Amino acid sequence: GAMAALLLAVLLVPLLAAPGRARRDALREELLLSPLPAGDVAATFQFRTRWDADLSSGAVSHYRLFPKALGQLVAALGVRELHLALTQGFWRTRTWGQPPLQAPAGAELWVWFQPTVTNVDKAWKELSNILSGIFCASLNFIDSTNTVTPMASFKPLGLANGTDHHLLRYAVLPREVVCTENLTPWKKLLPCGSKAGLAVLLKAERLFHSSYHSQAVHIRPVCRDASCLAVSWELRQTLTVVFDAFSSGQGKKDWSLFKMFSRTLTDACPLASESKVYVDISPKNKEKELLEVTPPPTSVHETIVQGDKRTYAIYDLLSPSLFNTSRSLNVQLKWKRPEDSSELPTPVLHAHRYVSGYGLQTGEISTLIYNTHPYRAFPVILLETVPWYLRLYVHTLTITTKGKENKPSYIHYQPAQDRRRPHLLEMLIQLPANSVTKITIQFERALLKWTEYPPDPNHGFYVSSSVLSALVPSIIAMKNVDVEQSPLFTSLFPSSDGSSYFLRLYTEPLLVNLPTPDFSMPYNVICLTCTVVAVCYGSFYNLLTRTFHVEEPSRGGLAKRLANIIRKFRGVPLL
Amino acid sequence: LLFQITDVLTAVALYLAIQDYNKVVFKKQKLLIELDKYAPDVAELIRTPMEMHYIPLKVALFYLLNPYTVMSCVAKSTCAINNTVIAFFILATIKGSAFLSAVFLALATYQSLYPLTLFAPALLYLLQRQFIPIKLKSKSFWLYTMQYAALYLCSLVVIICLSFFLLNSWDFIPSVYGFILSVPDLTPNIGLFWYFFAEMFEHFSLFFVCVFQINVFFYTIPLAIKLKEHPVFFMFVQIAIISIFKSYPTVGDIALYMAFLPVWSHLYRFLRNIFILSCVLIVCSVLFPVLWHLWIYAGSANSNFYYAITLTFNVGQV
Repeated sequence: GAMAALLLAVLLVPLLAAPGRARRDALREELLLSPLPAGDVAATFQFRTRWDADLSSGAVSHYRLFPKALGQLVAALGVRELHLALTQGFWRTRTWGQPPLQAPAGAELWVWFQPTVTNVDKAWKELSNILSGIFCASLNFIDSTNTVTPMASFKPLGLANGTDHHLLRYAVLPREVVCTENLTPWKKLLPCGSKAGLAVLLKAERLFHSSYHSQAVHIRPVCRDASCLAVSWELRQTLTVVFDAFSSGQGKKDWSLFKMFSRTLTDACPLASESKVYVDISPKNKEKELLEVTPPPTSVHETIVQGDKRTYAIYDLLSPSLFNTSRSLNVQLKWKRPEDSSELPTPVLHAHRYVSGYGLQTGEISTLIYNTHPYRAFPVILLETVPWYLRLYVHTLTITTKGKENKPSYIHYQPAQDRRRPHLLEMLIQLPANSVTKITIQFERALLKWTEYPPDPNHGFYVSSSVLSALVPSIIAMKNVDVEQSPLFTSLFPSSDGSSYFLRLYTEPLLVNLPTPDFSMPYNVICLTCTVVAVCYGSFYNLLTRTFHVEEPSRGGLAKRLANIIRKFRGVPLL
Repeated sequence: LLFQITDVLTAVALYLAIQDYNKVVFKKQKLLIELDKYAPDVAELIRTPMEMHYIPLKVALFYLLNPYTVMSCVAKSTCAINNTVIAFFILATIKGSAFLSAVFLALATYQSLYPLTLFAPALLYLLQRQFIPIKLKSKSFWLYTMQYAALYLCSLVVIICLSFFLLNSWDFIPSVYGFILSVPDLTPNIGLFWYFFAEMFEHFSLFFVCVFQINVFFYTIPLAIKLKEHPVFFMFVQIAIISIFKSYPTVGDIALYMAFLPVWSHLYRFLRNIFILSCVLIVCSVLFPVLWHLWIYAGSANSNFYYAITLTFNVGQV
């Protein structure tokens, strides 16, 4: 009896002492549901694991919430920041408004390395191969022909000691397709997996039945506290999905968690320190009435997001009062008047890109950038990466705004080298208020070797999206708030002052056809070309070695004599 | 305008060159007639002074009015400049100035690697002019060869070093000459190579690149041995070979060697298939743009390949 009690005490003491020790990592999870104009619903999941350890200095062996695969990757390859996004679909900024966090179609990977890394290209190659294994995506196709080093865009989002752009690498694979095989390893990185908390909603058969699906992983170093004496590492996993409420809701625009995800929330992740659901109930009609959600939220919160005043209904899954009435939480929104959301607010900055021209020889890429702010002009950095087989003619680059030429204040152009690196064009363009800027550049298509064509060559080749980065002035002044207390969806991009917010937009990827040789004929081609060469050679050989002999006229054989007799009859000269 | 000037310069150079050459040939002919070395029924082959008078003019006109020349001038291709340098080189050779001819040949080789093969015919002509017999054992033969080779190599080295100083690095050598030799870019042109390399297996590409490049240079020695009595004809044949087998041929090259055809107008009666040849040439030239358009804009695949075959086929005949 006494022995058992002593044993129990010995075992329990460390457990009791444990809460006294400061938790070194923390998980916050949140889900943001925003009804978009035109009836769609956007759901953004964010899972943030923050770990007060220094991954870059030494070997860390005890991983708790932070996934070991990523931690070891960061430590071994000297990664300072890593951003990987896998996206299917395109965020329609015109109809859906500004995106909280957009990613280009396909796979996008951009990484800042530590200054201690000596061979950045080698580390980049290893990194893309390892990530391709972790996420089951073909990131191993990232090589020097689609990697660029931007000089002005993609500044670090975390702590940075200096920005030598030679430590930055950016690559996009526009042809990548996202499917369940990519979702499963992504879910496995979450501390609770998909068994508890908000991640139970992530069921593949509903998630991929959507207009836009983007999953991303962001790793960056952040300040541990306000004094910023030490560094912690933050891992954010975000998943944005846009459901078309009309097609799934039988013609009505009402939606609910069950209708979208075929699941409801039952509890919060036990490892999470915060677990919340935010629903955007900002008024969409002229009477400024807030939208109604059921069940009633835990609290209502007003904040300014992307220059707009918005009201959010918050469901705190960790508060005990939420699950009093029912075991599960099914957030529902019913529209009182169906035509409420039909007016489309125009976003301040949006862009559109297309390819024009006819035939398979030349073409033109045009980008239209719209600034709909009524009185403020602001600059935007445009980054374009064009594969080497579309040869850009930079002397045909024209930028016109409202009919007049607009000279960019900064241009960085790196021409392509055949089969080695792509074109890189970065420009800082000033957009006047309430204007449309058109940027056009002409290109010529090259003929590739037949092994360089993809298996479906007549589908075309993808040109990855261009990136627009801008500090958009906001109409309403925003206050600087503490990063830890504010909702996650407002805190990925650092904000310097309250008058503008940072926005990164991507344009559409382009599909361009290249002239194709006939793939069924390699043997024929080789044979025929060699025949021509042989004919040439034969003529020359003939010319060089032919000798002439004088031939004595012979009397002729029988045939000749017979022919002569016939000729005598005919009266023509004899042979 | 610049390209028109270069074309005119080329025509003038060719005119002067052929005039000079004709004088030499006529003198030789006269000498041989007096020595009675010709067989009696060669009367039709003897060239009369009247004919000789018009040949240079015909050569210049052939060059200027050739539709290929006009096309290449309109397209402002650097082939016109290349042709000018080669024409000046021929002029210098025929006039007998070894130094100038070495300089021009170095310039031509510097631009594109292939005129290197014209070294042999030039050497043969100059030797003939100096009346040095071509025997492998003769000392004066080797002396002159060395002199000429030294002049040529020196000028080439000077030009390359100038480029080096202009650019401060040796990078231009792989970019320019490496490009010509290894054929990485596959834009369709009127030559043989591009489709071949587009459809090649990766494994063999190095082998075939070497074979094709050797093809250009390989005919020099046998032709030199055979045609040592007729170095100008040798030069003509060499230019034709370059224009067929070079990595990126253009119609300007064809214009250059077609300009020489009137020089041998006395040989026309011995050319077989001339009708077929000219028909094929004209048909191909007309069909080229048509089938190109068809391939690029309308989409039927191996049309452009057809070009490569026919045009170079007939060139091989000549």
